[in-house]
Amino acid sequence: MAEPMLKPPKIAISPVDWMRRNLFSSWYNSLLTIVVGYLVVTSVGPVFSWLFFEATFLGTDSSDCTGTGACWLFISQRLNFFIYGFYPDEFQWRVNIMFGLLAVCFVPQFIEGFPWRKWFGLFGLTGLPVVGYFLVPGGSFGLEAVESSKWGGLMLTLILAYIGIIASLPIGIVLALGRRSEMPIIRGICVVFIEVWRAVPLITVLFMASVMLPLFLPDGMNFEKLMRALIGITLWQSAYMAEVIRGGLQAIPRGQYEAADALGLGYWKKTGLIILPQALKMVIPGIVNTFISLFKDTTLVLIIGLFDILGTVQSTITDPAWQNVAIEGYVFVAFCFWVFCFGISRYSQNLERKLDTGHKT
Amino acid sequence: MGNTMTEQTQATDPKKTVPSQKDDNSSAIIRVEGMNKWYGDFHVLKNLNLNVRQGERIVICGPSGSGKSTFIRCINRLEEHQQGRIIVDNIELTDDIRHIDTVRREVGMVFQHFNLFPHLTVLENCCLSPIWVRKVPRREAEATAMEYLERVRIPEQASKFPGQLSGGQQQRVAIARALCMKPKIMLFDEPTSALDPEMIKEVLDVMIELAGSGMTMICVTHEMGFAKTVADRVIFMDSGEIVEEAPPHEFFTNPREPRTQKFLEQILQH
Ligand SMILES: Nc1ncnc2c1ncn2[C@@H]1O[C@H](COP(=O)(O)OP(=O)(O)OP(=O)(O)O)[C@@H](O)[C@H]1O
Ligand SMILES: [Mg+2]
Repeated sequence: MAEPMLKPPKIAISPVDWMRRNLFSSWYNSLLTIVVGYLVVTSVGPVFSWLFFEATFLGTDSSDCTGTGACWLFISQRLNFFIYGFYPDEFQWRVNIMFGLLAVCFVPQFIEGFPWRKWFGLFGLTGLPVVGYFLVPGGSFGLEAVESSKWGGLMLTLILAYIGIIASLPIGIVLALGRRSEMPIIRGICVVFIEVWRAVPLITVLFMASVMLPLFLPDGMNFEKLMRALIGITLWQSAYMAEVIRGGLQAIPRGQYEAADALGLGYWKKTGLIILPQALKMVIPGIVNTFISLFKDTTLVLIIGLFDILGTVQSTITDPAWQNVAIEGYVFVAFCFWVFCFGISRYSQNLERKLDTGHKT
Repeated sequence: MGNTMTEQTQATDPKKTVPSQKDDNSSAIIRVEGMNKWYGDFHVLKNLNLNVRQGERIVICGPSGSGKSTFIRCINRLEEHQQGRIIVDNIELTDDIRHIDTVRREVGMVFQHFNLFPHLTVLENCCLSPIWVRKVPRREAEATAMEYLERVRIPEQASKFPGQLSGGQQQRVAIARALCMKPKIMLFDEPTSALDPEMIKEVLDVMIELAGSGMTMICVTHEMGFAKTVADRVIFMDSGEIVEEAPPHEFFTNPREPRTQKFLEQILQH
């Protein structure tokens, strides 16, 4: 009590000290540092010069790509196709609005203390798909219809991943709760659903959805191919999601259920207010992991003839107008995927930190 | 609420010396009649009978595994009984979920391991069930919660999370949380046995104060000092049976049953 203001000691380390401690603490660490340093220097240099210094950025067609580096012209010239697929130019503003809304909803999530950011996020999860449902396909409110067969590129990738992600989470929650239900019929249905869908590769699901499903559906009831793929992806994904969430449910101590029961909260309030918030928080890493892998798995729609971003790039690579641009194309696709997946991952880490209430048991 | 409680305690005070309350069935707030419970083949609770009057304070003790927890958990149906009747506040506990929910609203429970909700602040822990179960407006619920947090002497912790509190503080929050539902009955299952010695007193003080306010209480505890000061009756359980039931001075100075004598010898050695 005598000295309440005692501050924790500040630790200051000079760069030389830091290197001595971390890079050259023993002879084998020094050796490793030197070897790894050599490899980094010799490989990073060429990569950078291919990516930037020797690369061609300006021009109009492949004949302008004369340097030894990457031909980024290929990307910039065909960017429209990579982003929108065959979506007609004059209606692309509709897609742009969706991109804009997506940014407006989710960029604030990375900014600490942004006003109403919770509401932006909530709109992104609930309102955005509704707006998109009317805006992108058109056909109502005086908007001209654009068939889903014309959609493609990044836009299609985002639609598939976004719908897959936000639809599979609630379905997964319901399945996970159902699998722990005390009612045998509900539990049975959920177990069968999960085990069947989880045991099938996504590629098979997509194939069935595009080829077999139309054979089973009654006449006059037919979805577009994209819709069928979406349903397939969502159901497949929700089986995974259910198991991740069940892991969280199982980790909740029995005392939490008992305390909620003793307070007279019924099943739904207990689940919604006490159990799920804790369980979901606990499995954020697992949920994000499934999101990210779904995001990348959407590229499989290629095999049923939908052109996502990978599909558009791949079909352009074989275009005779552009020669030897395969690497540029794949690097571009990889970069796009990395940006989104890294974004998801950063956001989830943010969320985890924010939700951490320091409870250790 | 306060008024009726004090009347009750005064009215029941003279009866304190009467060991058996069987004649007084009608005014009992908890009635347990011929209750039996099994876990599989294991007969945990054997033909239990107990009447608790409003405002009465009962301490249950007994060796580990004797079924004390199981017994009080039957009173708010955290456990099911298979035979006999349990009637709480004139509602019989059956499979009917509505009855169970009604009873749970009137019965508060405090657990050995606190069981606070770690993702909610102390204040939210206290307000949650008044708001969602009793449909009290948020502002009112918060005011009530602060009142009870003051009574358990931790109003300054209201905005903290349970993980940031000491064990004794957490247990006091748990008591406040149960009280916020304005229950007629409070059940305590070894509320101090997970606590360090210096924290036991702060929790017991709160419980003693609560007992003084006329709350009907059933406490499973080995705190014999507590039993002596506040209990109207002490119940000794062993292997699923109520072996002895007596007012504290009689129970501690003059136990009738040999099993009780042995138990008391053991715990008073410490
Ligand atoms: N879920 C269960 N399934 C089977 N047996 C159980 C179960 N819960 C408790 N028991 C058994 O029932 C008996 C009574 O348990 P209970 O927890 O009521 O004892 P207790 O008197 O509270 O003991 P303690 O003082 O250690 O808390 C014990 O023998 C225990 O092993
Ligand atoms: Mg016990």
